[in-house]
Amino acid sequence: MWIYEKKLQYPVRVDTTNPALAAMILEQFGGPDGELSAGIRYLSQRWTMPTNQGKAILTDIGTEELAHWEIIGTLVWRLVKDAPLSQIKGTPFEAHYVNHGKSPFPHNAGGQAWTAGYIQSKADPIADLHEDMAAEEKARATYEYLIRVSDDPGVSDTLRFLREREVVHFQRFGETLRIVQEYMDSKKYY
Amino acid sequence: MDFLIELMEVSFMLVESALYLDTHPNDERALRLHNNASQRYTELENMYQARYGPLKNTGMSKYPWGYIDGPWPWEINFTNF
Repeated sequence: MWIYEKKLQYPVRVDTTNPALAAMILEQFGGPDGELSAGIRYLSQRWTMPTNQGKAILTDIGTEELAHWEIIGTLVWRLVKDAPLSQIKGTPFEAHYVNHGKSPFPHNAGGQAWTAGYIQSKADPIADLHEDMAAEEKARATYEYLIRVSDDPGVSDTLRFLREREVVHFQRFGETLRIVQEYMDSKKYY
Repeated sequence: MDFLIELMEVSFMLVESALYLDTHPNDERALRLHNNASQRYTELENMYQARYGPLKNTGMSKYPWGYIDGPWPWEINFTNF
């Protein structure tokens, strides 16, 4: 089960009102390599993970991804909340606005709605952990693109924190893969 | 606010040490760091809740129910950190 803690994982600071940047950051709210995909992917894979280390890491990283999803939603919200219509019109956020107003919504930067087709759960721990490691690297790459397009120092600071978490998660999934491989080998040859 | 920031810092330390321990359960030094942070977190959480109300809906509250009080996490702009 889960219990909500009334705090963000990272002290989010947003220095400007910038609907165009908000539209790009939605990539990580509802895009294929975004935080929602990550959370649902890892939490869905837990039932068929054979080792306790693996069950723990999927639970804890999956939970952290939901905290990151909240951070992304907060970035988007703070970038648009004070924007008058005149500052939204003509930006990529205008298409979002006519459907969702200023509410964050899980679609990618291009407006494609989130789908479970972005994730996989194979009941095969080797396949799943490779998917998870790839997902972390793809998310890292996305954060690097977002940092390049961000012209808001506060937003860039938070994006750098989130990028760093992808690196740590990749490391932990790699260790989990090694542990699971050893476990499977020992079962085969004993 | 300073209280909340310290709480967030120690909480993040716990996230990081827990992930590490998930794949290194026999690292005694890391476990000691985690346990120290865990103890500090409990203290901070109690102090925070006594002053600002429940951090979780399982927490104790003065009358009336303070869990609903703002600002909610996404409403705070952490400008000075």
